[in-house]
Amino acid sequence: MKFTFSWLKDFLETSATIDEIVEGLIGVGLEVEEVHDAAKALAPFKVAFVQKADKHPNADKLRLCVVETDEGTVQVVCGAPNARTGMKGIIALPGAYIPGTKITLEKGVIRGQESQGMLCSERELLISDEHNGIIEVSEEWPIGTPAAVALGLDDPMIYVKVTANRPDALGVYGIARDLAAKGLGRLKPIDHIAPKGGFISPIGVSLDFPDGDTKPCPLFVGRYFRGVKNGTSPEWLRRRLTAIGLRPISTLVDITNYITFSHGRPLHVFDADKVTGRIGARFANEGESIVALDGKTYRLDPSVTVIADAEGPEAIAGIIGGEHSSCTEATTNVFLESAYFDALRTATTGRKLGINSDARYRFERGVDPAFTPTGADIAVRMILDLCGGEVSEEVTAGSVPNTSRSYTLRKTRVKALGGVDIPWADQLNILRSLGFVVTEAAGGASCSVPSWRPDVQGEADLVEEICRIHGLDKIPPVAMNRAHAITRPVLNPLQKRMIAARRTLASRGLNEAVTWSFLAEKEVVLFSGQRNPALILANPISSELTDMRPTLIANLIAAVGRNQARGFFNFGLFEVGQAYAGDRMEDETLRAGGVRQGMNGERHWSQKPRPVDAYDAKADALAVLEAAGAPVASLQIVAGGPSWLHPGRSGTIQMGPQNKLAVFGELHPRIVAAMDVKGPIVAFEVTLNKIPGSKAKTATRAALNASDLMPLTRDFAFVVDAGVEAEKLVKAARGVDKTLIGEVRVFDVFKLEGGKTSLAIEVTIMPREKTLTDEEIESLSARIVGQVEKATGGKLRA
Amino acid sequence: MSPVAFETELLEQIAKASDEAALEAIRVGALGKKGSLSEKMKALGSTAPEERKIAGAALNVIKDKVTDAIAARKVMLQESALGARLASETIDVTLPVRPERQGSIHPVSQVWEEVVQIWGDLGFSVAEGPHIEDDFHNFTALNMPPEHPARQEHDTFYFNEREDGSRMVLRTHTSPVQIRTMLTSKPPIRIIAPGRTFRCDSDMTHTPMFHQIEGLVIDEVTHMGHLKWALAEFCKAFFEVDDVRMRFRASHFPFTEPSMEVDINCSWEGGQVKIGVGNSWLEILGSGMVHPNVIRHGGLDPDKYQGFAFGMGLDRIAMLKYGIPDLRAFFEADLRWLRHYGFRALQVPTLPGGLS
Repeated sequence: MKFTFSWLKDFLETSATIDEIVEGLIGVGLEVEEVHDAAKALAPFKVAFVQKADKHPNADKLRLCVVETDEGTVQVVCGAPNARTGMKGIIALPGAYIPGTKITLEKGVIRGQESQGMLCSERELLISDEHNGIIEVSEEWPIGTPAAVALGLDDPMIYVKVTANRPDALGVYGIARDLAAKGLGRLKPIDHIAPKGGFISPIGVSLDFPDGDTKPCPLFVGRYFRGVKNGTSPEWLRRRLTAIGLRPISTLVDITNYITFSHGRPLHVFDADKVTGRIGARFANEGESIVALDGKTYRLDPSVTVIADAEGPEAIAGIIGGEHSSCTEATTNVFLESAYFDALRTATTGRKLGINSDARYRFERGVDPAFTPTGADIAVRMILDLCGGEVSEEVTAGSVPNTSRSYTLRKTRVKALGGVDIPWADQLNILRSLGFVVTEAAGGASCSVPSWRPDVQGEADLVEEICRIHGLDKIPPVAMNRAHAITRPVLNPLQKRMIAARRTLASRGLNEAVTWSFLAEKEVVLFSGQRNPALILANPISSELTDMRPTLIANLIAAVGRNQARGFFNFGLFEVGQAYAGDRMEDETLRAGGVRQGMNGERHWSQKPRPVDAYDAKADALAVLEAAGAPVASLQIVAGGPSWLHPGRSGTIQMGPQNKLAVFGELHPRIVAAMDVKGPIVAFEVTLNKIPGSKAKTATRAALNASDLMPLTRDFAFVVDAGVEAEKLVKAARGVDKTLIGEVRVFDVFKLEGGKTSLAIEVTIMPREKTLTDEEIESLSARIVGQVEKATGGKLRA
Repeated sequence: MSPVAFETELLEQIAKASDEAALEAIRVGALGKKGSLSEKMKALGSTAPEERKIAGAALNVIKDKVTDAIAARKVMLQESALGARLASETIDVTLPVRPERQGSIHPVSQVWEEVVQIWGDLGFSVAEGPHIEDDFHNFTALNMPPEHPARQEHDTFYFNEREDGSRMVLRTHTSPVQIRTMLTSKPPIRIIAPGRTFRCDSDMTHTPMFHQIEGLVIDEVTHMGHLKWALAEFCKAFFEVDDVRMRFRASHFPFTEPSMEVDINCSWEGGQVKIGVGNSWLEILGSGMVHPNVIRHGGLDPDKYQGFAFGMGLDRIAMLKYGIPDLRAFFEADLRWLRHYGFRALQVPTLPGGLS
């Protein structure tokens, strides 16, 4: 919503400065986006009189002028062809900053003649692109008049951002009302009494909705004018419209635009000679269309309210007029429409047809229904004043919809909700100044809401009105109480796991990324085989972001590719975030996923880096599980994983087949190729939600059970069939004696001929009560061999 | 040979011994079973007792001297051998160490922990809700009934219609968590809800996904004065400044009444924003008293309960605090950016230890 300072002063009697007005607007909640004050930039420039303009003695195209300014007479060298004796122009004296050239003017010597100032062009002052000559102003302006005044640019433009709940502030008058309530002046009454009219309108109005339902348009007011002259509107009107970015069109159209912005009341004028028969509001018929004022053709349907005559739609109600009956310079007879249209329907229609207009903007937020006839009256007066002619009596269909309602404001409520003490009388005065009709009652007041405030729907809104006008800055801050003297924990187990997972992975050398929750369709298919219909966005922002991600890994792989394209290799990325299996709450899981790419380190003088492999990803997954409190020692690790991992080089870490906590492995070669990244790439993904909560109820640890006796180690090598998993062997060895046998470490694995594998383990034996004898050690070793052979079908290597 | 000459010769030999092996040969040659000194001792047996006593004493003196000399020489030879070894054992200490990767924490995660530290100290727990929301929680319950104009301003991502005609949305703000919390817990309520939010918007300063943090207090006494205090304390703690000027502007959000937007003072000197100094205003958050309709939708009685709510951009406050210029870069996973703006794994923000 834009307006100018002088426009505001038409409605607000005030001595406030522009800065005070801006402060006030911000205070009452009308956020000031911009104040364009041309006068500020033009302050150094003033009207001057060219006493004499002779040819420059040393240059054909230059003139030597003697210029009378309010600071004395100066000599100016000027190159403009229109510089002449006796004219008045705009002078810049040394020290003035010229906005158009971005330089500060200094005295100079041009072709041997001193130049003590500059006569300015419009481009030099950034008023327009005009640079063919210097500015010439009317002789009436005395020497020394500020340029902004002489050029009519001394009216600052104010641009406020009006929140969606305040349609009343989409007119200058409503803004003036807020400022008056704030104490920045007096709101002037609207002088709207219009002539009754001297004849009966030859065009009638009607509301033609099914079953007499007038909700789409409860009120339609019209006036007929004959013998008007529609030309260029007066300069003051054109200036105001131009200042707020509107293009003046013709007096009639400019008047309707002016009232739209002055009072938030959109109107429409039809060329009455192009209207056939009666005019009225109705639903569009299926298949009807209209060529609107924007030159486009819109197809209509029965959900759309139109203003139509006997021939068909002439306007889309509350949104845009039709080209056919629009007013032109040749128009002499006019029909003025002031109607009230339903906000929701206007919004829906506007959105469906994709039309944005000042009228739609106001109707969909809610114009003042009671102002419908008043708006027409204001227009009548302006049309008669500016276009001449005669006006008919008013024609009306329907009536002002009843929006009257009142709410009780309790005396205690502003203090209780707003936290500020405002004298009761002041509270009521604020409401009155905003147009509320206030009736005091026991313990409070009944407040009747003005017709222009559809947003006020209860007592809390009354409190807001009072607080906002009183000033939120005046509410004293009050400390909140502490529930506990010393802060108690506020995080739940999953939140703690999230932090632990993050910090663990970062400490393992991975860089945390945050990537989109979205994926491209082709990546979803690549990773999941097919799209999940519940996770497809109906209105994706791009073809790269069409579905919700089923896994974090796809985006991380894409990120690997982008970093590789910048020349980065041998790194790891991780993300802790949500993945989606469906659109229900329980389908959303919090995961910690990561990828490692290339070698496990850079080339180094003392050690050779090796390519990353599935065991790196397994280590990451186990580290996250450990940090997140999973019972890592008792988890199962089984071969195989999701389809995006290499089928032979991937694994799943699970509590049991029904509760898979994590997957890890080498990325499937097909995905490496499809996503155009350089391998090797390994990945892991831990589902943090699935980790069971800790059962520990106290912080107390179990007692330490450590033996002071020296542990000893024994090595065993077994030949097993190729398919036998190391874990099986380790478990068998460990199971022989849970007290005596500590760690079982696989220290050598290699393939033998004939499909066999050699697996060597180092078993740590921890004597508990006494040192073991050779016989006891021998016996334990024999049992280890026996158990392992039995469990794996392998043989101790000779 | 006189005992003196014998002794002198032995001591000279010891002094000349160039290594431990030569020294050992001298020891064996003198003190060994058949060593020269041992032989002399043995020869004493055949001498007269008087003479034996004197000569024996003299030989014992020589033996002690030789033994000591050998031991001393041995220590000296060992020292010199160690010295020689050490002199040959040098490394280039400027060679680089074996590489260890430096991981990092994303600024959004770091700031998540920072805000939890601050609000947690005031007794706010962390609540969460799903990203894929229904219309009720994202709009209707927040006082935005269907066709409410504010809905259009949300640039909502929609999913396809279900069979029953309903359609899920991606939550456009963290405010649905307010409703979920009220429906599942009893006042007094103090929560924050940080998390991902989504809007169908993308330009220099908008990304289709971003992070918000929501705050909600519901009890029987909390009013706008408390809200102003809490937000001022938060800003000081978060930006780690002694004082910050705040401007509270009346505004409009469907889910709060009264509503206000909050600006804080800052300076833009040198193109870098500094909070708490200077005379420029920076909009930082929206807030207000929870709308009675919202309290009602949360299953509570608005005549009994009241409270405040606020919402701000987590990415935005991270940008402001750490001078990160571009929102879009947050989600690009550019290693250069992650390493530059990221935080060390052990750099855990705490209130006693400082947040940054």
